[in-house]
Amino acid sequence: MISLTHYLVVSAILFTMGVLGIFMNRKNLIVILMAIELILLSVNINFVAFSSFLNDLVGQVFAMFVLTVAAGEAAIGLAILVIYFRGRGTISVDDVNRMKG
Amino acid sequence: MSYSMQLMMTLPELVLAAGSIVLMLVAAWGGQASTKLVSWASVALLAGAGIALAGPSSTGGVAFGGLYRADAFATFAKVVIYAAAAVSILVAPKFFQRTSGEDLRPEYPVLILLSTVGMGMMVSAGDLLSLYVGLELQSLSAYILASFMRRDTRSAEAGLKYFVLGALASGILLYGISLVYGFAGTTLFEGIADAYRAGTGGSQHTGLLFGLVFVFAGLAFKISAVPFHMWTPDVYEGAPTPVTAYFASAPKVAAVAMAVRVAVDAMGPAILEWRQIVIFASLASIIFGAVAAIGQTNIKRLLAYSSINNVGFALIGLAAGGEEGVASVLVYMAIYVVMTIGSFLVVLQMRDEQGEQVETIASLSGMSRTRPGLALALAIFMFSLAGIPPLLGFFAKLGVFIAAMHSGLIAFATVGAAASTIGAFYYLKIVKTMYFDEPAPAFAGKTDLVEGGLIAISAVVISPIGWLVFGALGTWSLVAAKALF
Repeated sequence: MISLTHYLVVSAILFTMGVLGIFMNRKNLIVILMAIELILLSVNINFVAFSSFLNDLVGQVFAMFVLTVAAGEAAIGLAILVIYFRGRGTISVDDVNRMKG
Repeated sequence: MSYSMQLMMTLPELVLAAGSIVLMLVAAWGGQASTKLVSWASVALLAGAGIALAGPSSTGGVAFGGLYRADAFATFAKVVIYAAAAVSILVAPKFFQRTSGEDLRPEYPVLILLSTVGMGMMVSAGDLLSLYVGLELQSLSAYILASFMRRDTRSAEAGLKYFVLGALASGILLYGISLVYGFAGTTLFEGIADAYRAGTGGSQHTGLLFGLVFVFAGLAFKISAVPFHMWTPDVYEGAPTPVTAYFASAPKVAAVAMAVRVAVDAMGPAILEWRQIVIFASLASIIFGAVAAIGQTNIKRLLAYSSINNVGFALIGLAAGGEEGVASVLVYMAIYVVMTIGSFLVVLQMRDEQGEQVETIASLSGMSRTRPGLALALAIFMFSLAGIPPLLGFFAKLGVFIAAMHSGLIAFATVGAAASTIGAFYYLKIVKTMYFDEPAPAFAGKTDLVEGGLIAISAVVISPIGWLVFGALGTWSLVAAKALF
């Protein structure tokens, strides 16, 4: 029998992977977009699991909203990435350093 | 309550949302030529939304099953937000024309309007769902605004950094929200408050506390409090100056108001738990914001650290809690917005013959001789930010310290007051550069009538003449704070 705890553990692992993906990734910015997506999806697992175990629909409605926002976020993120690439010719994380201090 | 009555309560948001969609169509068909029309129409819409606040949307109570709250607290925050948004629309066209040589694109005012709708939802939210959607609407528009000068690599980089770290912050906040929902069984603020009140010990309480920590980490990101401040200097430096002025004012007020509402309304019974977090973030912001600003050479970066520093002071009022604490936060943010917008308007006047923006602090040298009026205005803003009486910035700081002392946080208030002197150092250094250093080449170009007028108004409001409105501000903020309790 899969209990609520199992879902929460999976979601916590995915969330941690997403956060680490943002901070430990030294390669390129597309990976960061994927890590952000991973964070949002891990949250959705939480919402849907809680919703099912509480017999309460709000969590599933919330998950729908999160999915919609995630789509908009990905669109805007990619658009910003494109104008950044046009100006700099690279999407390597190490090169995002024009400003420091 | 009838449906139309509930719609009336959300009237400011309806006006702005419908208006911005219409203006987006106008912008799409009219192209570059429609910028002027769209800008003025946006300012008119903001004014209209401000007037709409006088109706049931300021006193109506709860609408849409608790998702939306029309109360005095939201009204106070919204008035400040609308004013700041209107200013950043007004000053933008001239700036873009000077720096990029082409007209401002009409999407700019529309994006500001959309993010204002989001901020309205943030401060009016009575449920974590409407809070999240409002926050995202505000943030997504802000990411685009930060990278609005597409040919400027710094602007694109600012947008990119803002996007990545902002999305991470939303993710952390959302994870906290999911835990709070799971362990409280509801996303309504009242229900969450009940769950916090009921639970002491047990796994449910532990889960709620984890949720609280994540939610506060996400909120700290959005208000750029230490240790989640790292995006602020880069984004403020890289974004176009009118956008930076906007970031430092309206979204900051909205985020602080949202944090206050979540802390007091939803998590009020857990004050002993979140107070520790807020006190740490507050002291760290005050000290770090002040120390890191000392070595800066870029004025926009310096103002970014100044905003981190100021958020720390606002958080003192939140840590104090209670009606007095909340009222002091509101007063602080209102005065902070006037000082910050004034400073950024002065930064907008710093440009060379080609119309390019000059951002080094050294270029301010001897400005008292080349542009005495501008130097006086910036000196007033800097003295006020440093918290020197008789300027209003002093009373803002005094308010949060008194609130903290009344709640028994005397050591905290003392350390905060002592740390504010570190901040005074770099503010006064700017005044010294302007008044006592050898003159640098004067800035080119005249101050535009609108910008000059706005600088004068902000300087007058901050000066002792502002005492005339200070009493009313205090009374109003108390009314607003009462709405939360």
